[in-house]
Parts: sequence; structure tokens; C-alpha cells
Amino acid sequence: MSADLMTVDRPAGMKRRKTKLRYNQNGIALLFLSPWLLGLVCLTLGPMAASLYFSFTDYSILESSRWIGLDNFTTMLTADPLFIQSLKVTFIFVFVSVPLKLMFALAVALLLNKGIRGLGIYRTVYYIPTLLGGSVAIAMLWRKMLGGDGLLNQLLAMVGIQAPDWVSNPKYSLYSLILLSVWQFGSSMIIFLSGLKQVPPEYYDASSVDGAGKVGQFLHITLPVLSPVIFFNVIMQTITAFQSFTQAFIISNGSGGPVNSTLMYSLYLYKKGFSFFQMGYASAMAWVLVLLIGLFTLLLFGSSKLWVHYEDGGK
Amino acid sequence: MDTGSASKSAIWLKHFIICLIAFVMLYPVLWLVGSSFKPANMIFSEIWFWPRQWNFHNYVSGWFGFQGSSFSRFLQNSALVSLGAVLGNVITCSMAAYAFARLNFRFKALGFALMLMTIMLPLHVTLIPRYILFNSLGWVNTFAPLILPKWMATDGFFIFLTVQFIRGLPKELDEAATIDGCGPVQIFSRIIIPLALPALITTMIFTFMWTWDDFFSQLIFLSDIGKYTVPLGLRLFLDSSSQSDWGPMFAMSVLSLVPCFILFITLQKYFVEGIATSGLKG
Repeated sequence: MSADLMTVDRPAGMKRRKTKLRYNQNGIALLFLSPWLLGLVCLTLGPMAASLYFSFTDYSILESSRWIGLDNFTTMLTADPLFIQSLKVTFIFVFVSVPLKLMFALAVALLLNKGIRGLGIYRTVYYIPTLLGGSVAIAMLWRKMLGGDGLLNQLLAMVGIQAPDWVSNPKYSLYSLILLSVWQFGSSMIIFLSGLKQVPPEYYDASSVDGAGKVGQFLHITLPVLSPVIFFNVIMQTITAFQSFTQAFIISNGSGGPVNSTLMYSLYLYKKGFSFFQMGYASAMAWVLVLLIGLFTLLLFGSSKLWVHYEDGGK
Repeated sequence: MDTGSASKSAIWLKHFIICLIAFVMLYPVLWLVGSSFKPANMIFSEIWFWPRQWNFHNYVSGWFGFQGSSFSRFLQNSALVSLGAVLGNVITCSMAAYAFARLNFRFKALGFALMLMTIMLPLHVTLIPRYILFNSLGWVNTFAPLILPKWMATDGFFIFLTVQFIRGLPKELDEAATIDGCGPVQIFSRIIIPLALPALITTMIFTFMWTWDDFFSQLIFLSDIGKYTVPLGLRLFLDSSSQSDWGPMFAMSVLSLVPCFILFITLQKYFVEGIATSGLKG
């Protein structure tokens, strides 16, 4: 009965209130948004403008800034081999670790899919490396485990392989970081698992009737239906990988060594800004990073038309 | 009959493979925990993770062994920073999220677009001016630069997550409350907050984890050993290369991982939902 009353009453009553509210809500919205707005202006937009300005200056926190135009950027490209090295290291890290991580995540998600018993427990166990992997503790463990007399080499010695020190040999040090990153495939796996649930079982039934094999089903059903999820994972993981810092810092003890083989972009930026106090240069590097990430995101979005299929036609 | 037993053994094989991969993956963590209970000489000589004799010496010496600072100080500092960050994020992000999800105001589209932009923005681009700002306020080497930004909803990701959640709540509830004479403040505190609890818990968990594990900002803003947090305290072990320090280092590493682990085991459901619905990187 009360429900009836409501439906009869509401349209007229609500209309009046709604127009009144529309005028009043600017003030109340400002109240709710005030902390965010303060942060946006003082801690995001203001600093962004400041760092853009600093990127055209020679600035250390000890002295006031001096305008030098594009000098920081030309130095980067022409006179700073370490900058080029940091770009190289970061690109290798991003383009090797992200695809490997996603392939591994997808493989395990497929293995766990199909209503297997104990899915919850397996999912938990496979997530543990991701849960713990970002910490300093695990990075230090990695450093010790892959070191000359570490766990891995002891295992290899048991089967008679004389292995190098994976951390202090510049040929392999970056790959020990990549391994650490791939090890943390858990959150991509969880996203894939929830994506796989969206694949309508009828698709598989229909294709089995048509005589498609497992590989065919994977290529023509699973991958296309999953492509938006893959796309999302690629974007998120790429953005994160470009900014990776802690693991490289701990494993090289802040140096980016040996021989700058793990000098990730963030690590070099940190050294420039906070060890050498070249804050103008570090600001310029920060903006180059923004441009790089922006460029790759755009390229990925551009390429998405070719390989990402949306069920609703991309609306 | 035949196919039945064949598929049964296929399932067993599958379980076996899954368990094997899981064991190999988790072995480093198991070895870390096991080694933290082994005497120094056994850490090197033993590959199997299970200690043959249990020894708590590493925990004792790690706890007290830091240039006059005990590990409990680092744990306290980390707890303080993390709790401050969690409270700030939960309160201010949910407030902003309510405004974006339910209120009508000028420049709403612009504000929302700016908020989404901040999610994608690498922190490097604001870091140096923030450092200069906090330095000029005399706040470097205090916890303020680590906590205060969270009280200004600077983690747009959690606003977005909560906006999405609030949008999924039936609007009729708000309308009914309005008819009963509630204003936006009461609707927020009495209706939205209790119903959006899952989103708030997800915000809490991930803010805690990311602050607890955060190394970059803590490295930049804290310099005095008395102010050190757990990640910075652990790093002190790296400076000593003597192998006798491995045991205490592993012991304190294990301790540093315990809070996140407990949180994960008790609130697993929210982890999985948070990651699956919004792609939190974890």
C-alpha cells in the first residue's frame, strides 16, 4: 500500500525537489570535494606546472633556478649516455617482462578455468607472489637467492651445472629483475579468470559440433572473447613496468649496477634528482617519461582496432 | 567406463601439474621463512626449506641489531604511516566519490576527467615540486609528506573504484531518504557509506598494502634512522655484506611480510573482487 502511495506521489513531489536540489548542490558538492580539490591544485596540477617549468631550467634545491631553454632535453639525447642506457634497460624490461607475465598469467588461468576443484585455494596460492613481491623483503631475498652461492646455483650445482652469479653479472642481472616481475603474475591471472567466465559455453559446444579442435577453439573463441581483458592488462602492466623502481634499487643496492645493467629509468631519475640534486634535469626526465607512457598508450589504443573484439561492437 | 577412468586420471594429472607449479613458485617464500629459523651456517648448506632444528636466535638479534634502533621502532613508524594513509584515503576518497556519483554540480565532467587523468599520471612528474614544497614547509623527515596527500584524495584510483560501486546502488534509496527529509550529508553517512562498505574495504586493504610496501616516497622523504619505516630499516641489512647477517635479515623480512599476509588471508574475498572488477594491480 505504501508502495502504491509512493509511485503516485513521487513524480510531482520529486520534480519540485530536484529542480531545487540542482541549484543547491554546487555548494554541497564543493564541501564533499574540498579535500580532493585542494590536493588536485596543491599536490597535482600546481606541481605539474612547476616541474614543467623546472624542466627548462638548471635547478638544484640549494640554488635558485636558471632558465636554460631546451638544454636539458638536448643533453639527454646527445650528451648523456647513461640516459640512453636507462632507456634501453627500461625498454628491454617492459617489452620482455610484460608479454611473458601475461602469457604465464593466461596459461595458468586456462589451467585453472573449467570448474576445477579447489579453485579458490589455487587462486590464493598463485596470488601470494604478487601479494608479497613488491616489498623490499622479497627483493632482498631475490638478490641473495640468485647470487653466486645462492639457492638457485646450489640447485644447479646438484645437477652439475656451474652457473654464473645472476645478480652481479651484467649479462644476466636485468633478467633476474624480469624473472622477479614475471613471478608476480597473480593479479593478471585473476583478471583473466574472471574474463574467462564471460565466455559463453555455447560457443565451445557449437564449435565442437563443427569439428574444431582445442587449439582452434583457443585461437578462434577464447582469444577473441578475451581480447578486451588482454588489452586492459597490457595497458596496466606496461604503465606499471615503465615506472618500476624498488626491485632494481634493492637488487643493485641503489647503483643500477653492475655496469648500469639494471639502471631503470626511475632509478636514474632518482639518482639525478636526489643524489646529484639536478632537479631541473630530473623534472625534464619526468616529463619525457609522461610522453613515453602517453605515446605507448596511444599506440596500444590505435592498434586495438586490429585485435580487440568487443561483444557489443565497441560501444 | 573406460573414458570415465581416463578422464579421472587426466584430472589428477592436472591437479598434480597445478600443485607442482605452485610449489616451485612458492619455494622462494618457503625457503625464506624456513631459513629465518636456521642458524647461519645451515642457511648456505641446506637447500631444503624445512629447518632440521628450530632456532629463534635470528629474530632476537634482528630485532635489536640496528645501530641503536630496534626493529620495533620501524614497525611502529610503518604502522603509523599506513594507518594515517588508510584513514585519509577511506574518508576523502569516499567523499569525492559520492559527489561524482550522486551530486549535480558545475564542471562535474571536467573534474571527473581530471581525476581519471591523475590515475594515469606517473608520480615522478609531481615528485620534485612536492619535495621542494614539503622541504620549504620543514616537513621533510616527518611523516606528513607520506600521510597528508592521502587526506587530499590524491589516489584517484580509489575514487574511481568507489564511484563505480556507488553508481551500482539503487538511486531509489537516495530519493526515499530525500523525501524523508535527509540532506546529502545524511544520505552519504547513513545510506551510501554502509552500502558501499565493500568498496571501502577494498580501498583500505590496497592503501595499507601499498603504503606498507612503499619504498620510493619513504626513501625520498625520510632520512633520520629514528623515522625509518620497515622497508628503509630492512635496507640497512644490505649495507652489511657479512654472511652472518643473513639470518637476522631473513627473520626481519618475514616479520615485515606478516601484516600483508594476514590481511590477505582474512579479507581474501575483497582482494579477488577488487582485482577482478577494477584491475587493481595488487
